[in-house]
Amino acid sequence: MNPYAYIILIPLLPLLIFVLLGLFGRRYFKTSSGRIGTISLAITAILSFYTAYQYFFVSGKTEGVYQKIIALKYTWLPFSPNISIDMGIILDPISVMMIVIVSFVSLMVHVFSLGYMKGEERFATYFAFLSLFTFSMLGLVLSSNIFQIYIFWELVGLSSFLLIGFYFEKPSAVAASKKAFIVTRFADLGFLIGILILAYYSGTLDFGILISRLTSLHSPEFLAVTSASFLGASMLTWGLVLIFIGGAGKSAMFPLHVWLPDAMEGPTPVSALIHAATMVVAGVFLVARLFPVFCFDPSALHVVRYTGAFSALIAAVIACTQTDIKRILAFSTMSQIGFMMFALGVSQYGGEQGLGYMASMFHLFTHAFFKSLLFLCAGAVIHLVHSNNMQDMGGLRKIMPVTHISFLIACLAISGIPPFSGFFSKEDILLAAYHTNKMVYGIGLCTSALTAFYMFRLYYSIFWSKTSPSFEAHHGEATLSMKIPMIVLAVCSLFGGFVPIAAWVTSDGLPLKTPIDMGFSFLPVLLAAAGITLATYLYKSENDRPRKIASSLGSFYKLAYHKFYIDEVYLFITKKIIFNLIAAPAAWIDKHIVDGFMNGLAWVTEKISYGIKGLQSGKLQNYALYFFCGIIGLAVLFIYITHN
Amino acid sequence: MHEITLTHILFVSTALFFIGMYGLFTRRNMITLLMAVELILNSVNINFVAFNKYLYPGKLDGVFFAIFIITIAAAEAAVAIAIIINLYRSHHSIDVEDASEMKY
Repeated sequence: MNPYAYIILIPLLPLLIFVLLGLFGRRYFKTSSGRIGTISLAITAILSFYTAYQYFFVSGKTEGVYQKIIALKYTWLPFSPNISIDMGIILDPISVMMIVIVSFVSLMVHVFSLGYMKGEERFATYFAFLSLFTFSMLGLVLSSNIFQIYIFWELVGLSSFLLIGFYFEKPSAVAASKKAFIVTRFADLGFLIGILILAYYSGTLDFGILISRLTSLHSPEFLAVTSASFLGASMLTWGLVLIFIGGAGKSAMFPLHVWLPDAMEGPTPVSALIHAATMVVAGVFLVARLFPVFCFDPSALHVVRYTGAFSALIAAVIACTQTDIKRILAFSTMSQIGFMMFALGVSQYGGEQGLGYMASMFHLFTHAFFKSLLFLCAGAVIHLVHSNNMQDMGGLRKIMPVTHISFLIACLAISGIPPFSGFFSKEDILLAAYHTNKMVYGIGLCTSALTAFYMFRLYYSIFWSKTSPSFEAHHGEATLSMKIPMIVLAVCSLFGGFVPIAAWVTSDGLPLKTPIDMGFSFLPVLLAAAGITLATYLYKSENDRPRKIASSLGSFYKLAYHKFYIDEVYLFITKKIIFNLIAAPAAWIDKHIVDGFMNGLAWVTEKISYGIKGLQSGKLQNYALYFFCGIIGLAVLFIYITHN
Repeated sequence: MHEITLTHILFVSTALFFIGMYGLFTRRNMITLLMAVELILNSVNINFVAFNKYLYPGKLDGVFFAIFIITIAAAEAAVAIAIIINLYRSHHSIDVEDASEMKY
């Protein structure tokens, strides 16, 4: 009996709950669907924690190195003896860490949603979709086969589409869900081509075998894939860059980030789960999964590095000008994922050089907690104020103490102030960048300062700014079910930095020692403190200074406020170029040629049938005549035949 | 003077047969239609009697069968008149073109 057989329950349980609530929830489980979803997810979370305990403490190590264990394997579609799509579960440090993160954050979001979505008519459908998403994400991180990860990738995209467009009566929500799905689908085209390239050259779709074949310098597959080239870059670079494009779409890297701010049309707990902690890190996870192969191709790693760094910076700049609190948090997510990406990009495989990899995974871990906490607090605030706009809020700290303290803890964590969790992970990232590429380190420093600034701008605008709230609060702060996840996540954001991820999740499985270098950490912390101070000066009480600074920055401010007009560029390309030049002719051909052919066939048939219709005249004598003609004909035939 | 052979009589009966057929296909009045059908039956009768007389002079099988046919023709004419009466009751006309419910 396979000792890891219970792991199949971890993704399976949410799937069963999705089927149950999806089919019967509307009729039978109208209000109990929330409790059913939450309880099943609690069981999943307990199983995930147990798996993590087993893997990290009991049986994961062999000779001190964390192994990749294939827990389950099932051959599903064997195309040839080499290339077959299997369904399997792989346990290695990143996948175990991810199942803990996904199930825990999903549990917190479920508990929060019990209060936030109360009274919603499609309550059961919401929890069904949440369970579908949890199933897809858990399946994604446990995939042992690159095609299986693609299947779950698309499933995650579908769940995101369903949840963003949850309020489907709002046209903006429908447009946002369409945009998210189309942009990520377009990126997945690159992902698929990358999979095909890598599968063709390495002859397998299984992660372990693929990595081992493409990372040994003398294997025939490696030589084939690096010697074949297309437009100047080797096929290995093409394959990895295309796979990275797929990851960049899902993780909202520039220029495929346009869907993420609009995705905030969904309910806020959904944003906390999907667009903060879990789905958007799928791209980072993918690069981490294929990391050994990336290390053998420096050009692909450079693409990862610079895309991540640029996305981090541009998102931070845009976030400084926005006024919708969820959009600020969305850009903040994009920025932090940029951090994770460039941390992977500055890393190498093994030992001390694998610091970037470890830092990226550590930041993923801590970011999941404080970012989902930020979104949940934003949800509590929006629930009270019924507006997303920062300018409608102010002075809320007196009405919402729990939310206030949790938000403050999360802001301190994201700004990288010790001893909160964000400090430790950011320090490791900046250290890895410092040792590899000073320019990327510089970008990281600027972005950290900007992060501290805009996060505290947000904090002060919501909770301080005005001396008393500018609206009538008709109900108190959030219900208990909304407060508990916030408190739990605040504790995790506070103490998460002390979890020894460095001992568990590294590029080669050996534990890594990362002592805190006070001298090095001084500069980033100082810059963060400077950002906080500037935000306090500008936003703590209501004054005119921000507006004066904005007008003095003039056109640059306007550019950043409009998100650098990238959405407009996309709209131009789709409406003027794609619709007119490609879609319109295609539609014309479909309507006039294909449909025309079918209509023509029908027209011919109709004309013939009108002609023949006259034969059925209803007149008895005509029928008798036809009968007689038939007999004559047969008689002539038979006489002719018998004569010959 | 030429003898009257079998062929002459067969010509007559065939002509009668096709005249009857023509009447069957063409007449609008149902009773006239029936008269044409009787014509066809009579032509067959002539055929039987002719074959009997010219090919089997000693026997009378053909004549007996001709009597059968006359009987059956009479019975069938009665049934046909009954059908025509029924049709008249529903259509109030004995024009065969008015009974066109089988039209498309």
